[in-house]
Amino acid sequence: MFTAIGLTHYLLLAAMLFCIGLWVMASKRNAIGVLIGVELILNASNINLLAFARYSTGGMNGHLIALFVIVLAAAEAAIAIAIVVNLYKNFMSVDVDKAATMKN
Amino acid sequence: MNFKYYIWVILLVSSAVLLCGGQTALAQESAAAAAIVPASGPLEVIFFWVLAIMIIGSALWIALTGSVVRMAVGLFFSFGGVALLFFLLQAYFLGVVQLIVYVGGILVLVVFGIMLTSSSPHVRYQVPRMELATTGLVSLLLFMVLGHVLYHAPWSTTGPQLPVSMNELGRGLLTDYLVPFELAGVVLLVVMVGAAYLARQEKR
Repeated sequence: MFTAIGLTHYLLLAAMLFCIGLWVMASKRNAIGVLIGVELILNASNINLLAFARYSTGGMNGHLIALFVIVLAAAEAAIAIAIVVNLYKNFMSVDVDKAATMKN
Repeated sequence: MNFKYYIWVILLVSSAVLLCGGQTALAQESAAAAAIVPASGPLEVIFFWVLAIMIIGSALWIALTGSVVRMAVGLFFSFGGVALLFFLLQAYFLGVVQLIVYVGGILVLVVFGIMLTSSSPHVRYQVPRMELATTGLVSLLLFMVLGHVLYHAPWSTTGPQLPVSMNELGRGLLTDYLVPFELAGVVLLVVMVGAAYLARQEKR
């Protein structure tokens, strides 16, 4: 188990990173902390894609899908930061609990 | 004090990993020339465990710390570790893209966000300890379920494949994946306009 690295090792590492990302997303009050959790989760998915590309016969498909995941993560981060800056201008805070006034 | 030592140790380890990773890549390239795909060598095993500890450790640090600045530092090590892991998986192009886009782009964006939205750099958003424990427990349970399934699933794995060349990737982007490639361009344009619109100064 510790002397040879296979597909399962990478999958377990990605699963652990995914769960920590979920924990960060669920427990942070700061909107930027929530965004960081999302980025960790996207990284975990990329590790999975590339591990399968290396250890099974997928050819370049895994690589290209991982590339598109990175592109969409960059787009999502840009929009999320813009929204957070707007939130800060309106509430003078980036606490996600205080941004519940749209319910009214 | 401790924090500074931690950074130096991580920097040392990552530069050593980069150095030796290049050597294994060279060795494996010569092996590929002989059309033999090598099994995982002892060096690869060591690098995997070092990188795994680095990634998971900094991710846990992100989860447990309260300050956003420390979260950004942890994110740096996490992203860097994932990029080195991509090199270990012989996805060289993706590793470089990960370094440029995540470490060079998204991390800088996050730091800008932190600077624009905090009145002082050490503002802490306290999370109730109880809540941290409950969400952590739920994540741990999810990991146990996922780990059980992943460990016992009968994956139809082959041995390690030969690395995909950049030539192949470029050809794939302009043939099989042409439509997603163009759509990604459109998405990036819309995001650029949308982010500028969202973050503009309101005239009142």
